Amino acid sequence: MSLKGAAYIAGAWEHPTRKAPDKSIALLHAECARGALADAGLTKDDVDGYFCAGDAPGALGPLSMIDYMNLKCRHVDSTDVGGSSYQVAVGHALEAIAAGRCNVALITLAGRPRSEGQATGTAPRPGNPAAPEMQFEFPYGPATANLYGMCAQRHIYEYGTTSQQLAWIKVAASHHAQHNPNAMLRDVVTVEDVVNSPMVSTPLHRLDCCVISDGGGALVVTKPEIAKSLKRPLVKVIGVGESPKHQAGGEIDLTYTAARWSGPPAWEMAGVKPSDIKYASIYDSFTITVLLQLEDLGFCEKGQGGRFVADGNLISGVGKLPFNTDGGGLCSNHPANRGGITKIIEAVRQLRNEAHPAVQVRNCNLAIAHGTGGTIGTRHCGSTLILERE
Amino acid sequence: MAYVARKIHFVGTTDTNPETRPFFDGAAEGKLMIRRCTSCKKAHWYPRELCPFCFGNCEWEQASGNAKIYTYSVMERANPPYAIGYVTLAEGPSMLTNFVETDLNALRIGQDVTVTFIKTEGDGPSLPFFTPVRTE
Repeated sequence: MSLKGAAYIAGAWEHPTRKAPDKSIALLHAECARGALADAGLTKDDVDGYFCAGDAPGALGPLSMIDYMNLKCRHVDSTDVGGSSYQVAVGHALEAIAAGRCNVALITLAGRPRSEGQATGTAPRPGNPAAPEMQFEFPYGPATANLYGMCAQRHIYEYGTTSQQLAWIKVAASHHAQHNPNAMLRDVVTVEDVVNSPMVSTPLHRLDCCVISDGGGALVVTKPEIAKSLKRPLVKVIGVGESPKHQAGGEIDLTYTAARWSGPPAWEMAGVKPSDIKYASIYDSFTITVLLQLEDLGFCEKGQGGRFVADGNLISGVGKLPFNTDGGGLCSNHPANRGGITKIIEAVRQLRNEAHPAVQVRNCNLAIAHGTGGTIGTRHCGSTLILERE
Repeated sequence: MAYVARKIHFVGTTDTNPETRPFFDGAAEGKLMIRRCTSCKKAHWYPRELCPFCFGNCEWEQASGNAKIYTYSVMERANPPYAIGYVTLAEGPSMLTNFVETDLNALRIGQDVTVTFIKTEGDGPSLPFFTPVRTE
């Protein structure tokens, strides 16, 4: 039985803050929850399912936040696959709603790595040594930027991709971010600006990397009858897919991401293809992340991503595939170092015709929001969401 | 870029995951120990008790230490800069490592490298690193 259309995104809200030293992580989660419920026209008493991931404070998954917000739930899920968790949560909420386990699912994300001074991408963070790979990886200094740098290096080697082509991804994001008053980086940049910015980890420059920001976001996913009783434009969930990719016992291939596996079930469920998509939210921890995922989702052939993204092809109103029209993680916001939920929120804005007029895609009735969590250089999860305006 | 050694930090102890102890014992003697399945005969990385390809039982063997660079990235933001990368061992699997005692700007994908061992900080175990094969 297909679950296509079994749930709708009725509420979506992004916290406007990018730096919140005076707020707790729990408060940021709760403010996002309140914002998304108000956006939907629902109250917290309507929530009967709560979904969060590893950014939620507290040792036991959803328990601390459910206590803090004083929710009464009959379904919970705290699947943590990093920045891809929120697309996964929408998929799991859809399944739970279809199974009658909940009617109104609340999904929250929040964090403040900027205020806490995290050197997110450049300093290796030791984890639990009982994680079976930890002792065979941590001593070699796997910071985020160099793990993605290795993927970019291999793509350049195999396909002749250039730093200039990668830079076009940042250029497109910056063209969009100039219209977002909340974006951290609002200056339009050029290819030269990107390739001349300081090298972080070869071949990725500073401007190939996303921002480090505080903030958060929340979504309200409901069963169709509830969504249709509300006053907001209808955003239907028509395709979901999730899949992890890893080191495969040492059979390493860094030229593709888990999107190669999370995409097909989502496309099949939705009954649409890449050329049907009017707007794409694509996870953008680094420029190379976007390029790999566009190939793996089928927007272009493997190895052709460099040519595909060049010359403004991702700029709204200019190119064929408008992407990340809020400025994305590369320019606007990467709250809690997890960009999945903001990808969904901007896709919802586009489908509701509520994006900034300068970047709004005309007749935007079909959008994709793809997430990647973890690092593509070692282990990660891909999660694909296809949304339709009804 | 002249090579400057950095301090290497281990995490946990060599008994944290007890079945991997022979790997560290081998490294202390300058041997790169890997696991090979007695059923499907494939070698894998990182070392596991059960084969990640077929769940068969594995045994230790000493790898040749010969490998080729699959990919790399030089973290120029770090002080000193260092080069992380994957090498593909002659025995098949690819493993994460650092490239040491070499000009980091001269690294190339496909380059032949060989294993060398460095002792980690705080009386931690020795671990395998790789350095380009000298061609004179």
